[in-house]
Amino acid sequence: MDLFKRLEGFKMDVLKEVGNIGAGNAATALSQLLDKPIDMAVPKVQILPFEQIADKVGGPEQIVLAIFFRVEGEAPGNLFFVLTPEAGKGLLHRMAGIEASDEEFFTEMEQSALAEIGNILAGSYLSSLADFTGLSMSPTVPGLSMDMAGAILNYGLLQFGQMGDDALLIDTTFLEGNEEVEGQFFLIPDPESFDKIFKSLGVPLQDD
Amino acid sequence: MIEEQNVVKVGMADLNVVKTSGIIRTTGLGSCVGLTLYDKNVQLAGMAHVMLPSSEIAREGQLNIAKYADTALPELLKRMTDMGAIRSRLVAKMAGGAQMFTFSSGGDHMRIGPRNVEACKLFLKEYNIPLLAEDTGANYGRTIEMNCITGMLSIRSVQMGKKEI
Repeated sequence: MDLFKRLEGFKMDVLKEVGNIGAGNAATALSQLLDKPIDMAVPKVQILPFEQIADKVGGPEQIVLAIFFRVEGEAPGNLFFVLTPEAGKGLLHRMAGIEASDEEFFTEMEQSALAEIGNILAGSYLSSLADFTGLSMSPTVPGLSMDMAGAILNYGLLQFGQMGDDALLIDTTFLEGNEEVEGQFFLIPDPESFDKIFKSLGVPLQDD
Repeated sequence: MIEEQNVVKVGMADLNVVKTSGIIRTTGLGSCVGLTLYDKNVQLAGMAHVMLPSSEIAREGQLNIAKYADTALPELLKRMTDMGAIRSRLVAKMAGGAQMFTFSSGGDHMRIGPRNVEACKLFLKEYNIPLLAEDTGANYGRTIEMNCITGMLSIRSVQMGKKEI
């Protein structure tokens, strides 16, 4: 069975809409948190070789701040909120009034605040998907890391590692005006989740 | 940065060999393990970017042997002996196998890094290849490169800077 051969254009559009709804809600939540308008780019749904996934955030060695959630429930997967360390400091400042220390790294207090921000966004992303699909989806406690993008994102690909060298990801960038800001959401559904998502949305599955 | 002369890159779930002059490198190892073999006499360095411990769980039609600890090592051995390495002279070094995120709960896949390290060690033992040095575990990503003239493995990480083993 080749999962990706069965994902023709129509199904990719369905997944794009899934990303649209989730990220739309997260963008609204972020707007409320920051009290300013936050827009988002139309989500991209792509099947990418493992090697190229870290390129979406500037290459495997690019230092990023990532908040990771394992999605549990009927359509499991991996969810990342990825931002630059500078954007992380900006978020802390505007949201929690925390003036980030000059240090290169985040203090425990800052990490905890960031994880909580991520939690709010991931919660709104997933709850809208759960409403839309009728499937239960809930995030685990967030994990936070500031490290090389390759090392972080590859962690989300392990489920795909069992069946190939590509993964499907739904990638949404937040915008302020026309500028990319704040971060990107990456949703990497487990291979098993696709059929459930399609079925829940009434998309006919192929027999073979 | 080391000069970009004759750098052979190893991607994720990939393996490669470099001979006589040059550097072999893989970037952004998280829970994956960078397993290297080296034969000083012929200045041959091999590297595999191992993603999962065992090919038994593989469901893909065509197996990517570089991806699994149990299949990557035999393939690396074969490639190196084909290029003139002698098995009894080979030594191993490895890095990676981190746990990028820690959770109080979570399934077995959450601790895939330590399992990758264990699996690599198991197969090195089986093939009787001594493990000279390792920089594994912890919770940070690593970029590694091996110099095929010296056999030194240099490791860069965001948190710990640079070191050589």
